[in-house]
Amino acid sequence: MTTIRVGTSQVATDKVSARPAKSWGWDVWQRFVRQKAPLGAGVVFGVLLLLALLAPVIAPHDPVQQFRKEGLSALGEPLAPNTQFWLGTDGLGRDLFSRLLYGARVSLGIGLAASAIAVLIGLLVGGIAGFVGGKIDFFLMRLVDLIMSMPTFFIILLLVVMLKPGVWVVITVISLFSWTAPARVFRSQILAVKHLDFVLAAHCLGAPQHRIFLRHVLPHVLPLVIVYLALTVPNTIFAEASLSFLGLGVPQPTPSWGSMIQDGFAYYRAAPWIALFPGTIIALTVVSINLLGTGLREAMDPMRKK
Amino acid sequence: MLGNYLLRRLLWTLITLFGVTLLTFLLVFAGPTDPARALVGEKATGVSIEHVRQQYGLDQPLYVQYLTYMGRLVRGDLGDSYYFRKPVIEALLGRLPATALLAFSIMFVGCLIGIPLGIITALRQGSLLDRATMVIGLVSISLPTFFVGLLLLYCFAFQLKWFPVGGYGTLRHLVLPTLAVAIPWGAWYAILLRSNMLEAISADYVRTAYAKGLNTRVVAVRHMVRNALLPVVTIMGIDMASLLTGIVLVESVFSWPGIGMQTLQAATHLDVPLIMGSVLLGAVMIGLANLVVDIIYSWLDPRIQLG
Repeated sequence: MTTIRVGTSQVATDKVSARPAKSWGWDVWQRFVRQKAPLGAGVVFGVLLLLALLAPVIAPHDPVQQFRKEGLSALGEPLAPNTQFWLGTDGLGRDLFSRLLYGARVSLGIGLAASAIAVLIGLLVGGIAGFVGGKIDFFLMRLVDLIMSMPTFFIILLLVVMLKPGVWVVITVISLFSWTAPARVFRSQILAVKHLDFVLAAHCLGAPQHRIFLRHVLPHVLPLVIVYLALTVPNTIFAEASLSFLGLGVPQPTPSWGSMIQDGFAYYRAAPWIALFPGTIIALTVVSINLLGTGLREAMDPMRKK
Repeated sequence: MLGNYLLRRLLWTLITLFGVTLLTFLLVFAGPTDPARALVGEKATGVSIEHVRQQYGLDQPLYVQYLTYMGRLVRGDLGDSYYFRKPVIEALLGRLPATALLAFSIMFVGCLIGIPLGIITALRQGSLLDRATMVIGLVSISLPTFFVGLLLLYCFAFQLKWFPVGGYGTLRHLVLPTLAVAIPWGAWYAILLRSNMLEAISADYVRTAYAKGLNTRVVAVRHMVRNALLPVVTIMGIDMASLLTGIVLVESVFSWPGIGMQTLQAATHLDVPLIMGSVLLGAVMIGLANLVVDIIYSWLDPRIQLG
């Protein structure tokens, strides 16, 4: 019989029905899979990611190849969905299905990368502001206020043109203006944690500031970081799609969902499906990420008010 | 009290505008692109670039350029547009009415959609209308503005021929661009308002209101809506910048001759002074919108006093 000593008395542990030890991750996972809609959304998003990754394997045609003969009607108009081109062709006779798959790589890739960078900047700024406080906090937060009260899209347009549109330029410029909302949230979470007793205890034990920040404060912000990673992606996907739609995203002929809608805009009367497919796929992606984000939030913070 | 508040608000707006110019200036001139080269085009020779650089003062150190710009700015001179070859202020004021009309129309229709829907769905929670609104709302906020515009264009302008495909002039021109932004915008506020209303339903003051014998309608309108609207109004203020983004996109879909279209042209031609002007004008618009938001807030919540 195993026993543990509690003070002077001995307690038999095998008579106490303790909750089996579970890691935090496992707990979150269990709360997450109990929610139907977010789980479904997670599956949908996973499939979309997989399609993007496997685009070279799945795509029946080269996404930039122009099928001037078999891809266009006798009048030179785009083709409706058929057996050779599953979702039809665009105005230049390019296969829409293949473009949609390759476009997923650009749109999802830029959306995910830009929001990852934005959340990282947000964590850095919000973390420093919240943890250090004082004048630095005041200055950084006024910078956040300033950017939030600016018509940032106007500046994004100019910067993208100045730096010549390309994948990294689009990612950089979008993330440069997307970190403010996460920074505010991370800062307030750090402010809420940094006066708790365990931080004081660590301080009393002589732990250096950077150790207190990294080991004791930061872990309490990580759930929020994951949630905001998900909640920022729709915005960055919209930003990329908007730039591409205006012709200022990743340059043609590389497909992106936004530029595909622009391609379809020219043919919206004769061939409405050209814009309809990328538009629907953007909606599907954003809906699933939104549901995924709220589901993660519920799973990570069960005490939060619904 | 109110005068005091307005003064502080004005001061903050001025500080913001100052920050906006500084930040934009740094971002624009820290970039690797040479505005002088953009001005004369790719094919220009070294001599003509040098000439243009001197003419526009682009050969001066950055801080001198900034001070010159600010010096002109306080006298109401925003410089000349490189692309349109006229004063920036003229270019902006020429396009402002169209954009202001569109913006007001969007906010009006968006509230007209969002507020009643948010109230009714919360009061009839679980009804068919509630569930339909939630699903349609979720989908409409997940669609890019320009795609909503394109869908409306296809259905109501091309197929049904109820409205013109684009342009500016009559009330009928205004309908589709307005709806393209107002539907997702309204849906978003309906969802927010509904969740705040559901929170208010279980609040103590609502129980008290019922207990003193008020009927559902009075409780809903006088007590619940008033409280539930507060966070929504705050978020409306925060969303102003993204509303401007939506307007740029919808203007280019419906060829609406506003600030957005002009800014897009300015950006593609690297017309730095005009972009600076547009950014400033946008910041003023956001500042004004936030002023209105604050006033509405204090009107909704008598506990808050401006001052």
